[in-house]
Amino acid sequence: MNYPLSEDERMIQKTARDFARKELAPVSLEANEKGIFPERIFRRLGELGFMGIMVPEEYGGVNLGSFCLVLALEEINAVCASTGVTMSVHNSLTNWCILKYGSEEIRKRLLPSLASGEMLGAYAITESEAGSDVSAMRLSAVRKGHEYILNGAKIFISTGDKAGAIIVFARTDPGNRTKGISAFVVEPGSPGFSIGKIEKKMGLKASTTVELVFEDCRVRADNLLGAEGMGMKIALAGLDGGRIGIAAQAVGIAQAALDEGVRFSRERKQFNTRIVDFQSTRWKIADMATAVEAARLLTYRAAKLRDAGEPCSKEAAMAKLFASRTANRVVYDALQMHGGVGYTEEFLIERLFRDARVTELYEGTSEIQRLVISKAVIEEFERTVPD
Amino acid sequence: MKILALLKRVPDTEAKILINQEGTGIKDEGIKYVINTYDEYAVEEGLRLKEKTGGTSTVTVVCAGPEEATELIRTALAMGADDAVHVCDKALERPDPFVIAAVLAKAIKAEGFDIIFCGKQAIDDDMGQIQSILAEMLDIPQVNVATAFELAADAKRATVRRRVEGGDEKVETSLPVIVSCEKGLNDPRYASLPGIMKAKKKEIRKKTLADLGFAQAPGDARSTILRWLPPQKSSGCTMVKAEETRDAVKELVRLLREEAKVV
Repeated sequence: MNYPLSEDERMIQKTARDFARKELAPVSLEANEKGIFPERIFRRLGELGFMGIMVPEEYGGVNLGSFCLVLALEEINAVCASTGVTMSVHNSLTNWCILKYGSEEIRKRLLPSLASGEMLGAYAITESEAGSDVSAMRLSAVRKGHEYILNGAKIFISTGDKAGAIIVFARTDPGNRTKGISAFVVEPGSPGFSIGKIEKKMGLKASTTVELVFEDCRVRADNLLGAEGMGMKIALAGLDGGRIGIAAQAVGIAQAALDEGVRFSRERKQFNTRIVDFQSTRWKIADMATAVEAARLLTYRAAKLRDAGEPCSKEAAMAKLFASRTANRVVYDALQMHGGVGYTEEFLIERLFRDARVTELYEGTSEIQRLVISKAVIEEFERTVPD
Repeated sequence: MKILALLKRVPDTEAKILINQEGTGIKDEGIKYVINTYDEYAVEEGLRLKEKTGGTSTVTVVCAGPEEATELIRTALAMGADDAVHVCDKALERPDPFVIAAVLAKAIKAEGFDIIFCGKQAIDDDMGQIQSILAEMLDIPQVNVATAFELAADAKRATVRRRVEGGDEKVETSLPVIVSCEKGLNDPRYASLPGIMKAKKKEIRKKTLADLGFAQAPGDARSTILRWLPPQKSSGCTMVKAEETRDAVKELVRLLREEAKVV
């Protein structure tokens, strides 16, 4: 928390924290319990500027960077990871892709509604046969006059049924595995678009994850992002930001779990001693806090690099890998500190435990992060160390 | 309409307050400072009045406090205030309410105003004197502990509800006036991200005591704090034990009567 922040960064952090604790917390409690998507909250986040953090002012945003998004995501996720993932995908994937690769017409048409939170964003890569192996995707897009015709399905799409703008990756050239993929903005009103299966998840109960079905779905040709064949490049560039967002989510969850662990262990007495006074607890607290801080710094660094326009794929993958691992260890230890009651819905740690798990799965599994990191390390070595 | 909102920098309500070794104040380390809660209501009420009156209305934040108060002033600007006056002078360390009021009065007179909103008290020293001393110094009416505020259509009078023992009192006042704000008056807005970005360009006019025309430190304090003492530790909870409930009750009543002296 002592990372040197500028005055406005501290103010942004404070607004996010105050909003999360005062306004989001009560909504989140009910939404997670009942599995409701808290639509209203995103309007409020939009009013405060949190749904268009990286969007320039001319399109209704606040023109700040990944770093400020990370600061905000930490605070929101510490209170509600479901809201956090929706906000992360919206900002770091949908808004970012439209801003970076969309035509001026599409930016003007969609970004103001996205930045205000009236419209939500989604990002659709995954298919049943294309998980970690992105380039195995089959959803096809065939050009016909001024339109593309999409056929196939996407699964596990966060916010898919609530979004007004979905970045959909589809195959435009069956003959080319990686360069045959293109990115489109699909608006849910398009004919031939429908929502399929709605997933029942272990955690993130206040966010939605759905299947998207495309049956001769017609998409305007100018909804193509960049050029045909640029899809894989766009997907990977977007994912750098997405991973930083999920790293920030993991840091937020981990910090919340650490706080819950410390709070509980100071109150709970066994053998006439507060359990916080047992050395086994103290050591846990030390290890948890150190890991959280390290995860935070890796995340901050990746965000700073991205804001400086530097390559950050390796750093984003490291932040995501370490922070998600940390979140899962910390929720485990914090639950252990709670004992049996931590296994009940009475205590926040139960939700944190469930919500943390997915951070090691989405935006690339931990295994994929290791693949990205090791590839970068080996390439760096080969570039810089003479034979 | 020129609206002023007074602001004080105070320790966070959640901060753990410890007294320093010399007994001259509180330990500063690890303490987070915030805008005095009641002053947030004042800023918010100023912003609402500005929005209602529109046109040329402005909200100016006035603060007397250390350099570090700048960030909190900036927060009020991010909420939507137009500009600020910050009286910042080494001679103002540990002032009494009379001195602060004298300093604020000068700054306020130089600024001009139609209405002043402030907190009903600061949550650190709980003195609650500034509004009354200021009202005297500026020779204007004061309405304290306001829970509702409404400006008359002619913008020359206002109706204020104030909390009194057992109910609410409705007061009609002429303008200019100083109104001190109570919880419940409004729900202060957050500093939005666009607000935070806009606040960077807003002006904070820094003033020293010399700038305000004080030849020397305003030394006419009416009170001096000699020493800060921590509250006595409470003895905690006493469990009343007896074989029979009726004996326990008897003992409890005796303790309440003789020891605690509450019945």
